[in-house]
Amino acid sequence: MIRMTGVKKAFGDNRVLQGMDLHIPRGSSMVIIGGSGTGKSVALKCILGLIQPDAGTIMVDGKPAGKGDRDAFLARFGMLFQGGALFDSLPVWQNVAFRLLRGSLARPQDEAREVAIEKLRRVGLKPEVADLLPAELSGGMQKRVGLARAIAAEPEIIFFDEPTTGLDPIMAGVINDLIREIVTEMGATAMTITHDMTSVRAIADNVAMLHDGVIQWTGPVADMDNSGDPYLDQFIHGRAEGPIEAVR
Amino acid sequence: MNPMNSTMNALAALGRSVMYALARMGRMAIFGFSAFSHMVRPPYYPREFANALLNIGWLSLPVVGLTAVFTGGALALQIYSGGARFNAEAVVPQIVAIGMVRELGPVLVGLMIAARVTSSIAAEIATMKVTEQIDALVTLSTHPMKYLVAPRVLAALITVPVLVGVGDIIGIAGGYVVAVQNLGFNAAAYLQNTVDFLEINDVTSSLAKGAVFGVIAALMGCYYGMDSGRGAQGVGRATKGSVETAAILILAANFVLTGVFFSI
Ligand SMILES: Nc1ncnc2c1ncn2[C@@H]1O[C@H](COP(=O)(O)OP(=O)(O)OP(=O)(O)O)[C@@H](O)[C@H]1O
Ligand SMILES: [Mg+2]
Repeated sequence: MIRMTGVKKAFGDNRVLQGMDLHIPRGSSMVIIGGSGTGKSVALKCILGLIQPDAGTIMVDGKPAGKGDRDAFLARFGMLFQGGALFDSLPVWQNVAFRLLRGSLARPQDEAREVAIEKLRRVGLKPEVADLLPAELSGGMQKRVGLARAIAAEPEIIFFDEPTTGLDPIMAGVINDLIREIVTEMGATAMTITHDMTSVRAIADNVAMLHDGVIQWTGPVADMDNSGDPYLDQFIHGRAEGPIEAVR
Repeated sequence: MNPMNSTMNALAALGRSVMYALARMGRMAIFGFSAFSHMVRPPYYPREFANALLNIGWLSLPVVGLTAVFTGGALALQIYSGGARFNAEAVVPQIVAIGMVRELGPVLVGLMIAARVTSSIAAEIATMKVTEQIDALVTLSTHPMKYLVAPRVLAALITVPVLVGVGDIIGIAGGYVVAVQNLGFNAAAYLQNTVDFLEINDVTSSLAKGAVFGVIAALMGCYYGMDSGRGAQGVGRATKGSVETAAILILAANFVLTGVFFSI
């Protein structure tokens, strides 16, 4: 469904992606792991066209991403941003229902509000939260509102940038289950970035590790523990010693 | 160091900054065209537009009124004491009217809008940029030019001329109060003089200037906001740059428009 080939991106002298190849089959859940600052968020933004790659191709459904009708293209995606990126001038429910209140997917206001409250419930938030402003929520609550917004219009392809960072273990479990459910029940294609190895095992069909601007290892989650790849081993066991330098 | 070399270096640096400024002007112009082209193509965002009308127009009234009333009052005092030097105290109503309507009304309102509206638009949009809210808008199939820029620019285009009109009237009223209360002018005669003296061209030029200044103020806020660098520093720079540029462009546009309206 999504195929990245030789994707390169540099910011000035900072060569972030240096030929990234990755394939995500339809209806599967891909988890990207990798050190902080290796370009995982940049890779997601390249697929969405928020950042223009310097080289390489990105195909979605066999068609190059970023060509053709951009609205139709983006309407298929949902994205949870690492920082939440909630609109701070709008109350929570209007954030969640943003897509349902305007544009091609617009619905009546009370219907949109109902959908928003239902999605908030799925991420473990009470209906009372709906009328608060994002600034009145805790960090973890903001993250979950961002998640509710990403899934509100039931997109085919969903990107989650660190969905469980900043959540307590129980809530992290709820979110992991939710992501799994969206993939298995709704048949969505998911791409998740996470640093949490419990999440990786709970969410992933396939795992890819980004290191030094390329995919260092990729394969089914079951093969992750005996991959024989020293980089991956060091990463999943969180060892300070190994081929990956601790200071980057 | 070789003097020839250092001259060349200085020239090269000058050339670079000129090129940089020209490139920026070009980007601003393209941004302006794009803002107007998004204004006339759907989807439209009426709620955003209503908000912008409120923020740019209605909520600016107190600032505009206070600026105008004090300026009109001071103008009356100045003209009275200045006119006294050649026995021309009687021209107070005419000069206050013409000074306010043709020049001070639009310019002061324009500058106050640059201070109040440009800065807040730039800071708001820059913060949205820095916190990835602009990216989030895009992923939610909403064009930032349509959702953020077009409503604000259109609202400024409509409301700032009205603000200028209100400022003109309040400024004249300020002059009137000072003249009647402190300088011994006859109330009815003052008003009669003002009305008789002003020409329609004075008023249209005033409102036209207001429209142009409004567009400049809103566009610069949006441009610098969208162009913001990363972090809190980026937001600060964007805000400062937007107000500086808007103020200078407003004064420059005022000079050009005054030439266009009154030199022939
Ligand atoms: N808009 C940008 N402009 C300049 N540099 C950028 C930009 N976005 C990202 N970078 C740089 O790209 C590199 C990768 O950033 P990215 O956010 O993708 O990291 P990440 O892998 O998501 O890390 P983390 O796990 O900490 O979120 C960093 O060095 C960052 O400084
Ligand atoms: Mg990241």
